[in-house]
Amino acid sequence: MTTTLKLPPTETGRSMFGKIIRAREVSLIVLIIALVAVTTAIQPSFLFSDGGFRELLRQPTILILIALGQAIVIITRNIDLSVGSILCLCTYLSGWLFANVPGIPIPVVVVIGILLGAFLGLINGLLVAFLKVPSLVITLGTLYAYRGIAILWIGPHFIRSSWLPPEYREIGTMQFFGIPVLLMIVAIVVLLVAWFMTSRRAGRNLYALGSNPEAATLFGLSERRLTLNAFVTSGALAGLGGLVYLSIYATGDAKVGTGYELESVAAAVVGGVAIIGGSGTIWGVALGAFFLATISSALPVLGVPSLWQQSIVGIFIVGAIVLDRLMFLNRTRQAKRKGQSL
Amino acid sequence: MTHTPLLELKGVTKSFGAVAALVDADLSLDAGSIHAVIGENGAGKSTLVKIIGGLYRRDNGEFLMEGTSVDFQNTHEAKAAGISVIYQEPTLFPDLSVAENLFVGRQPYTRLGFLDRARMRRETRELTLRLGVPIDPDREARGLSIADQQVVEIAKSISVGAKVIIMDEPTAALSGIEVERLMGIARQLRDEGKGIIFISHRFDEVFALCDVLTVMRDGSYVATNQTAEVTEDEIIRQMVGRSVENLFPKEVAEIGDAVLEVENLTSVGVFEDVSFTVRAGEIVCFAGLVGAGRSEIARAVFGVDGYDSGAVRLGGAKVPRKNPAAAMRLGMGFVPEDRRKQGLAMTAGVQTNITMAIRNRLARFGIITSTLEEPSARNWAARLHVKTNALDTEAQMLSGGNQQKVVLGKWLATEPSFLIVDEPTRGIDVGTKAEVHRLLSELAGNGVALLMISSELPEVLGMADRVLVVREGRITAEFSREAATPENVMYAATHAPEVAA
Repeated sequence: MTTTLKLPPTETGRSMFGKIIRAREVSLIVLIIALVAVTTAIQPSFLFSDGGFRELLRQPTILILIALGQAIVIITRNIDLSVGSILCLCTYLSGWLFANVPGIPIPVVVVIGILLGAFLGLINGLLVAFLKVPSLVITLGTLYAYRGIAILWIGPHFIRSSWLPPEYREIGTMQFFGIPVLLMIVAIVVLLVAWFMTSRRAGRNLYALGSNPEAATLFGLSERRLTLNAFVTSGALAGLGGLVYLSIYATGDAKVGTGYELESVAAAVVGGVAIIGGSGTIWGVALGAFFLATISSALPVLGVPSLWQQSIVGIFIVGAIVLDRLMFLNRTRQAKRKGQSL
Repeated sequence: MTHTPLLELKGVTKSFGAVAALVDADLSLDAGSIHAVIGENGAGKSTLVKIIGGLYRRDNGEFLMEGTSVDFQNTHEAKAAGISVIYQEPTLFPDLSVAENLFVGRQPYTRLGFLDRARMRRETRELTLRLGVPIDPDREARGLSIADQQVVEIAKSISVGAKVIIMDEPTAALSGIEVERLMGIARQLRDEGKGIIFISHRFDEVFALCDVLTVMRDGSYVATNQTAEVTEDEIIRQMVGRSVENLFPKEVAEIGDAVLEVENLTSVGVFEDVSFTVRAGEIVCFAGLVGAGRSEIARAVFGVDGYDSGAVRLGGAKVPRKNPAAAMRLGMGFVPEDRRKQGLAMTAGVQTNITMAIRNRLARFGIITSTLEEPSARNWAARLHVKTNALDTEAQMLSGGNQQKVVLGKWLATEPSFLIVDEPTRGIDVGTKAEVHRLLSELAGNGVALLMISSELPEVLGMADRVLVVREGRITAEFSREAATPENVMYAATHAPEVAA
């Protein structure tokens, strides 16, 4: 008996349109525009003031960087709670280098800052990959350990803006055609990471690992190496985040970066990364981070009491997860039906 | 005229600790042929497949690929040598597209350094079309039917240029049409010169599809037959050819009134119109192949899963649907197949595990203490000869046999009138096995009605007062202890009943 040949169901125009509408990226862009529009309508200076527009574009950059790294780690079915602490150490080391090594070139500091982040990420990765302890526990430990080192080292001191070369502080305020240079730098990083994750085998392997670890192992992918890669990348991006922090705020103490660990997870989740790994786009994460950062700057302007702000962020996280789940169930049901009709 | 087989194994052995999974296995596969490997559960087929596929390394023996000796360290090397294994439940990446699943780890790039998705899509479309099963390359693998997942795996193995394709019980989870389709694909691949190893329990498929049949039993090679020159009866004899007398002496127990009555139980797509009774002191065995629906029926009777129609009565009282707690109150017990996942709290102590199902009874004012648990736990641990120095040993530290005894103890402590035991001796050494059998027999002697599920024919024949053969969700044959022989049970388990619906 031969089976009758049916042409594969192709994506029709309608379902293509539906795909676009359903895409997380689109709804996030709509949300961001709506948020900015409403906030500006109520308080025009939010956008139309000297620093308003710049702040709007500059302020999310740190979270975007950290969320990218976090997303890569989550995609491999892990989590990195130590990013905030890593950011702190990298910020302070960079400031300290400027202060204590006179004339040190800025690129050298940048490289050292990123390398420190990568190194701290490597420690996370080694512990997770070789001890086979859940990353939640390991990075919860290093969250405190790294922060402890920061407190021991920094103590009550803080980075003074006078430590920094003026050129470095200028990076934080520089604009081209009204767009902050920092945002451009971060946009390039997003582009690179997105290209890596969608278009390089090494990136696709990270998705494969998170999607089905047993299959990945059976397939000959090295779980250890992929896990290490993810954590090192996350650490390096947190290091870069520290450098961006330094250029924006020109200060920093032992408390810098507290809270980024959860905010970055939130950004990744809101951006469409499944917490169980295997899926989510880098674009979505960048937009998710942008959206969350914008909410936190818009809510005070809107006069929302600070007590409420966290709850509102929470509602978006839960909303994103519920939405994901519903869409997932719906998709699975449709896929099953499709599968049966074949 | 000499010819070199595509793949050849000679005298391959493999042991896990003290357990020999494979003793002296031989296999010779020619290009352009379909070679069936058949045997009972535990005959060593899967171990053989895993050795060929690079998942296990053999302890001894020869393994030749096209005449050269090979020794795969991992699945990667086996794959590189042109061996591809299609598992019963394929291992795809659910979040990746079908096309990408086909190309994982070897995605083509465009000149600009992006993935060449157009090419992946095109090749996927061509490959699946060639196999006669067009699958949308862009859809994610999640939600594909198992049959389609297998097709994706087969397409993948073709695209990496596999010479040997092993299908490990591929049809177990497929519907009739899907089986036909898969057999069509297998024939097509054979005609293209690939060597196919086909593992199946179903005789009709094996005889319809395969050119050569190799029979295995107890981890060793029995015989290789040309399909055209052999009858089903001969194959069955080769599969079961061993003495089963007196292996498991079930003591004669007085058989009383019906304890469990199951009437026309149906769960659409799982099992259909199942009716049977189990009487006090009687051991009824469900025989049949893995996947025939035996465990599913048992789970529905106990209430872990629901069912669509029918009724279950215990001692005359109706057992509510999908309510294990109520079933337990009525005196039902259930020792599940997977003791690690379903039967034991692995990190809890022996004592806690044994008393787990009777905690409410032991508790005083709703509080349970170790002192309250101890007498009961000690009693059962001793009666079952659980070898553990202390009752607080964690269950995961025990051997498989002792774990099984703890699970049994947990249910015996509830003093059930009807007990279901699902594969009670899987993965247990021979000595402990006999002890478990003695226990079950003793229970029956005490008037407990027992329903045992077992894939081991000798165990079934040794223990059962009555054998019910389950095939594809239906009870297709019933044998009394006297009438049951390895041949007729195996025949009933592998053949569709004569009276077709």
